[in-house]
Amino acid sequence: MNKILEMNHITMQFGGLIAVNNFHNQLYEGELLGLIGPNGAGKTTAFNVITGIYIPTKGKVIFDGIDITPLRPHEITHLGISRTFQNIRLFQDMTVLENVIVAQHHMLANTDVDKILKKHGKKTKGSSPLWFFKALTKLGYLNKEKEMIKEGLLLLEKVGLLDLAEEKASALPYGLQRKLEIARALATHPKVLLLDEPAAGMNPQESEELMHFIKQIRDDFNLSILLIEHDMKVVMGVCERILVLDYGAIIAEGKPEEIQKNPRVIEAYLGEEWKNAKAE
Amino acid sequence: MSGATFLQNLFNGLMFGGLYALLAVGYTMVYGILRLINFAHGDIMMMGVYFAFYASLAGAPLWLSVLIGIFGAAFLGFLIDRVAYKPLRNAPRISALITAIGMSFFLESIAVVVFGAVPKSFTAVFNENNKWLLDKTWNIGGARIPVLTFIVFLITALIFMLLFWIVYRTKIGMAMRAISSDIPTTSLMGINVDMVIGFTFALGSAMAAAGGIMWAMRYPNVFPYMGFMPGLKAFIAAVLGGIGSIPGAVVGGFLLGLLEIFLVALMPSAAGYRDAFAFIILIVILLIKPDGLLGKKSVVKV
Repeated sequence: MNKILEMNHITMQFGGLIAVNNFHNQLYEGELLGLIGPNGAGKTTAFNVITGIYIPTKGKVIFDGIDITPLRPHEITHLGISRTFQNIRLFQDMTVLENVIVAQHHMLANTDVDKILKKHGKKTKGSSPLWFFKALTKLGYLNKEKEMIKEGLLLLEKVGLLDLAEEKASALPYGLQRKLEIARALATHPKVLLLDEPAAGMNPQESEELMHFIKQIRDDFNLSILLIEHDMKVVMGVCERILVLDYGAIIAEGKPEEIQKNPRVIEAYLGEEWKNAKAE
Repeated sequence: MSGATFLQNLFNGLMFGGLYALLAVGYTMVYGILRLINFAHGDIMMMGVYFAFYASLAGAPLWLSVLIGIFGAAFLGFLIDRVAYKPLRNAPRISALITAIGMSFFLESIAVVVFGAVPKSFTAVFNENNKWLLDKTWNIGGARIPVLTFIVFLITALIFMLLFWIVYRTKIGMAMRAISSDIPTTSLMGINVDMVIGFTFALGSAMAAAGGIMWAMRYPNVFPYMGFMPGLKAFIAAVLGGIGSIPGAVVGGFLLGLLEIFLVALMPSAAGYRDAFAFIILIVILLIKPDGLLGKKSVVKV
């Protein structure tokens, strides 16, 4: 299997606090990888390093053969990594459709990103250095906008939000807001999708649906997914491999069955919660 | 007040209000995105007027001079953001605010040095072919209204239609709205935030220059401090309408223009207090409705 995303010995230090400590692992193409650990273990920090919000103190992030460590967030998104957030961060004042269309800026080529792709001998998106003026004069721009609306509607149909396209994002119930956030992430055409606690705040039935949904989008959009989740049913149900993080370091790695039996994991984290989940 | 005088004042107020609104929109867009009051905004307008003025002296026809003024100001706005504000994106807001005030003084002083402190007459941009713009008046209901007033009002309306189209119908406008709600998330959507912020500055500055040039046609006095008072008034207009809200800035601008004109019309003896009146409005609005007429209630998150 091909590695699509490599985290090479990443350390992220904030002053005296080491949030991520020598994180070294990889995500394979098409894989559903889980990332679990107690609160404050550094899971979200790892996401922020991968997406370019933080530049790691040490280590490198390699995506599809490209060193993305020094790149800016929007460039990394253009290359094909997208994410959702632990606390929903939709554009609340915009409609459902607009939220998805905002994420389609990648369809307007970007010169910086093309330069990066070119340097690594990859296919560019054919950008023009005049894009800024094109944006003003909208030469050939309206067509693209229609294309985007069309694609946005198609995407909403796939995730089952089409009927709500013109609603304000803030008007959606919680579960659907989570779904919309995933749809928005998909609109950037990612190869790798990072989901940060997608089941948070969901009832058992909603999280059951979510599990199917995650598997389905993985297959429909050819994704590799890295998933942070506290809901053990969801993690054990969808992930093929799991990493356990504690105090910023990986303390265990393996298949769901193996993780459940690992005494270190049970001690650090799984213990009570997992017993409770099993009892249900 | 007779019908004719009323009409006269109404059109004057609408024209003034439109010019305030053009400037206020620039304040409000930048505030909406960066939470920064760009105090150099009025001075960017002044620079735009000078660009147009000198383009015209160099022999450019009127339409070209106006375009040079507008695009020159747009580029200047973009440049100021890059040089002065961008390095302070993550700094405390007060640092950026002080930088904005410094930038205002800087532009005024540069203008004094380069263009001279002596006021120049903007009528120099008119020649035999387009002098009618200044002289011609229409008779409406007994009031003699200069044609220029109508043209200014019409162009202002067109610019606002264009602005609303950009902000609510195009991708770059959508990106602007996205940034105003959440910058980090927007960058994770693949949007080059710095480019969009640069575009916002350019757009606001272009509108300010358009307003300034029309202002100078009506009151043809061009001098380095000409942007100061309109800049402050437009700021008041933006606060009046609810800073951060574009429709608010438009409403606030027109309202302030009309209020000012009618105050003077109803109480001619108070004409000298016209500027003070605008500031009284600012104080009152800050006391009783600090979010402005159309502004969103700002909730302090804990």
